[in-house]
Amino acid sequence: MCSYIVEKTAVSGSAKGPNGWMRIDTANVYFDHPYHAPLDHALAIDFVCEADGANERVAVELSADSARALVKNILAALTSGEGAHAA
Amino acid sequence: MSYPSLLAETVTFTGHNGDRGEAYYARPTRAEKFPGIVVVHHLPGWDEWIIEVVRKFAHHGFAAISPHLYFRNGPGSPDDVGARVRASGGVPDDQVVGDVAGAMAFLRAQANANGKVAIIGFCSGGRHAYLCACCIDNVDAVVDCWGGNVIVDDKTQLNAKRPVAPIDLTENLRAPLLGLFGNDDQNPTPEHVNRTEAVLRRLGKNYEFHRYPDAGHAFFNTKRTAFRAEQAADGWAKIFAFLRKHLAA
Repeated sequence: MCSYIVEKTAVSGSAKGPNGWMRIDTANVYFDHPYHAPLDHALAIDFVCEADGANERVAVELSADSARALVKNILAALTSGEGAHAA
Repeated sequence: MSYPSLLAETVTFTGHNGDRGEAYYARPTRAEKFPGIVVVHHLPGWDEWIIEVVRKFAHHGFAAISPHLYFRNGPGSPDDVGARVRASGGVPDDQVVGDVAGAMAFLRAQANANGKVAIIGFCSGGRHAYLCACCIDNVDAVVDCWGGNVIVDDKTQLNAKRPVAPIDLTENLRAPLLGLFGNDDQNPTPEHVNRTEAVLRRLGKNYEFHRYPDAGHAFFNTKRTAFRAEQAADGWAKIFAFLRKHLAA
């Protein structure tokens, strides 16, 4: 199906796109038909800077399983990394 | 009969509010009159597959046009523009209706036009095709390929951009309707397809629905694992037969 559901997350950081590094303030997350990945549905994340007009984005389209694995490993990296830096 | 010799290009058309935008237009080169068809893309945008569909129609003897429904949201590649439109909640229904009506007018203004024009849409474009056929007077045929959200049970999903569920406009439908659906689809579900058919039947509309087993959403799309060769071949044959029946001059 085509869904209009987009989960918006305020983020703080930078992303590197075709024109180099840019600041980002928003991650738009949705699960729908991908544009490029050969999947029926993909978990897509568009990193944009709405404050700058969101004219550029850094995009990924992931399978549902790999997206879940990524979420798990983001949390694992944060836990181990923050623990190491606190030591 | 096929028309492998064709012309395809990006053109400018006049859409809703007199706004001018780009569209992809393909037609056979042979010096004949051809029926027209407006091809409505799905939510992700004006992608390569929909461009291929336009050329496929030309190959089969139609003058086909696909308006880029997000042309106001550029600049950028169609995928980036599509992501921008999605993040802003989609495009307004009335704007889509105006753009499709403009694309129909473009086709009828061409020297090769036989005067008959249909609308076909896929996925959210299927919903748009159904909507447009209920809102535009001079549609000669319409094809809804697995358009979801024709029925909206949760009225909180209606908003300023999509204020009315297309099913509630069915009374205004005058064009014959062809609907193709996969029985494994989650939107529209088989139950929604049945309910849509019940409304069409109750209102005495001219329609034909075909439901395909072992097929889900977007089973025509050769770029996806959802592709079902046998069901897609039958579906295309039904589309061409339906259009030739209703678009003959």
